[in-house]
Amino acid sequence: MTDPLENGSSMNRREFMIRAAKAAATVAASGYIVYRFRDEEGPSAVETRPHYSFRSFAVPGTESRMSIVTGANRRRALNAALDAIGGMENFIKPGDRVLLKVNAAFALPPILAATSHPDLVSELVKLCTAAGATRVVVTDHPINDARACFNLTGIARAAEEAGAQVVIPRQDDFLPFSLEGGRLISNWPVLARPFEGITKVIGVAPVKDHHRSGASMTLKNWYGLLGGRRNVFHQEIHEIIRELALMIKPTLVILDGTESMMRNGPTGGSLSDLKPTHTMIASTDPVAADAFGATLLGRRLSDLPYITKAAISGAGTANFELLSPKRINMNG
Amino acid sequence: MKIVYTRRISQLFFLLLFFWLGFVATLGTAWWQLRGWPVNWFIHADPLAALGVFLTTRTVQVGFGWAVAMIALTVIFGRFFCGWICPFGTLHQSIGWLSYRRRPLIEKIKANDYRPAQRIKYGILTFLLAVAFVGLIADGAKIARMAGLSRIAAGSLQTGLLDPISLMYRSVNLVLLPLADRTVLVTSLGPRWYAGAGLIGFIFAVALALNIWIPRFYCRFVCPLGALFGVIGRWSLWRIGKTNPKCSMCMECETHCEGACEPSTKFRPSECVLCMNCLRACEDNVIAYRTYPSAGGEAAGVDLTRRGLIVSMASGALAVPVMRLNNLLGANWNPRLIRPPGALPEEPFLDRCLKCGQCMRVCPTNIIQPAGLEAGLEGVWTPTLNFRIGTSGCQLNCVACGQVCPTAAIRPITLDKKLGRNAFAEAGPIRLGTAFVDQGRCLPWAMDRPCIVCQENCPVSPKAIFVREVFIPVREGTHVVAHADELTIDLGSSALAPNIFATGDYYCRPLPAEGEAPHRIVANTDALITIDPNRPFAKPLKPGIKVEILVRLQRPVVDPRYCIGCGVCEHECPVTGIKAIRVTAENESRNTERKLLP
Repeated sequence: MTDPLENGSSMNRREFMIRAAKAAATVAASGYIVYRFRDEEGPSAVETRPHYSFRSFAVPGTESRMSIVTGANRRRALNAALDAIGGMENFIKPGDRVLLKVNAAFALPPILAATSHPDLVSELVKLCTAAGATRVVVTDHPINDARACFNLTGIARAAEEAGAQVVIPRQDDFLPFSLEGGRLISNWPVLARPFEGITKVIGVAPVKDHHRSGASMTLKNWYGLLGGRRNVFHQEIHEIIRELALMIKPTLVILDGTESMMRNGPTGGSLSDLKPTHTMIASTDPVAADAFGATLLGRRLSDLPYITKAAISGAGTANFELLSPKRINMNG
Repeated sequence: MKIVYTRRISQLFFLLLFFWLGFVATLGTAWWQLRGWPVNWFIHADPLAALGVFLTTRTVQVGFGWAVAMIALTVIFGRFFCGWICPFGTLHQSIGWLSYRRRPLIEKIKANDYRPAQRIKYGILTFLLAVAFVGLIADGAKIARMAGLSRIAAGSLQTGLLDPISLMYRSVNLVLLPLADRTVLVTSLGPRWYAGAGLIGFIFAVALALNIWIPRFYCRFVCPLGALFGVIGRWSLWRIGKTNPKCSMCMECETHCEGACEPSTKFRPSECVLCMNCLRACEDNVIAYRTYPSAGGEAAGVDLTRRGLIVSMASGALAVPVMRLNNLLGANWNPRLIRPPGALPEEPFLDRCLKCGQCMRVCPTNIIQPAGLEAGLEGVWTPTLNFRIGTSGCQLNCVACGQVCPTAAIRPITLDKKLGRNAFAEAGPIRLGTAFVDQGRCLPWAMDRPCIVCQENCPVSPKAIFVREVFIPVREGTHVVAHADELTIDLGSSALAPNIFATGDYYCRPLPAEGEAPHRIVANTDALITIDPNRPFAKPLKPGIKVEILVRLQRPVVDPRYCIGCGVCEHECPVTGIKAIRVTAENESRNTERKLLP
């Protein structure tokens, strides 16, 4: 159809009606679209998403158990330490799905004792499996290159050979978390995905010097569950460790003082930084485990304010003798 | 099977091989990761890279044996590399074919006309080789003690800027693979980042897009490697040509002629990429691949005018001397340019680096980045370390970059050498630079906030970062005691925000301070301060005296004797904009004149 305006003739009524209807429809549609998507307030500052939360992984009736084993062989000392507090069967039941939170922070070989020892990881995985665990997950959010950390420390290989699944975290494994009553851990990304379906959690940490907090042991080990720009929390190191102690209630912690890092921690890097303290601690109370671990480093509670803070907040007891720890000497 | 199909299979094979080798250049122990895969094969089969490095260093690395083989094969068969192997050429050919597929015959033939501008690539080749060759002159002048000449003559390796193999490696390593892997994250745990990838990607895209206008645009007008093969190929034993000067001149042979080498008339052997399309298309069966010159005549040699040759040689010879007037190799060296561990001193480094990006691809922490102008114009796209962009610093137990470098610009060092262990104990560790604390930005130095993340993460033993403990009065931190016992101080009125001094880092002591160590605060309300029960006051403070509240700070200090410049501290520093501790190249091992310590 030719346009009547172009060929000079005037518009007839019919054409005028059609054009007017099209124009009206255009105006109405654009008006509706603008009305539908109008934004009177501008964007809101931060969107709040539903927050992740950790359940308690403690086994009722096993509170306040602790054992301290003297011995140089990690596997044997671990078995003795667990037997002394009732055996792994007391904590891991058939069908349990266990997460081992190891310390794999640095890409250093196991001999430097800056990370959880592969022998210990391997033995724990085997014990969990023997107790009936259907799945064992080994994870940490390291500081150095993550793949190198899990490989060089020997943890990945030890865990996989023992039948565990190694989870090296990715960005989307972290979910925002707010600790009830927490000031620092508020809307903060934590390593949540590997915890899906998990029924028991065991923390595995070496005894290490740490200049800022006094020492890095089982409580500081939970730092590896934090994502984001977690380094800002070093400004209040004792507070963040206190909140971490409240954030996660493990089934059990294993504190490895076979070789304690006395200085240059938490990285170490030299055999001369280590002292053969030949001690293995198993405890259901991480605060008590750390309080004892401090003695291996020759430090007092006043050197590690976070322990007292965690104890006052109800995360455990700083006076480990109250737990009547079972002491076993494997050296004879 | 027709020869053209064989060529297509060969092209597809080498293109897929190229992408596969790029993919497996991933640090790890799985079969599809960097193990024995010949990830540098294409570079080592590249005669331009081999010749360039030969001119700058007078050595031919054994890997370049493949390039020598390519030269030998070219002398026998002609420029087969361009038409049968080159992955960049295959991409050009595909795009050109797609673009011209539906166009009329006459346009296709016209697109494949020989153009005098095709001589530009010989100019580019001459320029790049001249840039490298002057280095040889400079070395000779030094040996001959010709002081003046050795002061002005300077060369470096710049072939990698336009060498299609380097360009392709760079584009795949720094643009295509990071983009492709972003969704699936197979070769890395998180996305990979490359500074300046936009420009590299833009150049790659433009080079490909030009095929829409003229097929194999890059190959015909720009490619210095193609030019080199053209120079060698003019003497080839076998060549395309007409068996009979007379034919129907249907021009079918030129409808898909990739090299624009005019097989219908006066054949140009140095332009022919042996695509063999003419062989297949000829309806009169007069085109053959044989040892005789074309019956239609041959254009002798390379079409480069004497004037063009002189201009490109002269500008190539002067390029580096002019660029080096900036004195970046002397007193004006750039401290923000941090080369990977094992990198040669700057001048020999520039003699070898192809800017291929292999080190950047393999670096597990993604800190090796293509330089912009940090290393001057001649150092564009050479590797430099950026500790903000990656996932950590240079990992103590990693030497991957030197192991993949195809020309040993980053030497293949052992861990013992990197860390200064065993046989290398006396030489000490390889230092990339030194960390400097910026006291105006560091939290404990500038803002009275405890931190020392840098000290904690320093990976060497003994740590290169140590701390000085100080007690600093907090802002408005002096108060008057209203009442006190051994463990508490009552200020009598609301003076403090509850619990702000309870973090374990705050202390208090009476004034005037008489040498008594401050007491740690464990709790405070708005008016009450409680101190650590392990160390109470000897006797309660008297009402009316002043107490001051102090913050205990550990201030980081770098000990240059131990710092290796790995950058872990810089990466971890919680001041994430301009970092409060930064590595610069002072004291780097590779340039002894940049020593910091006597």
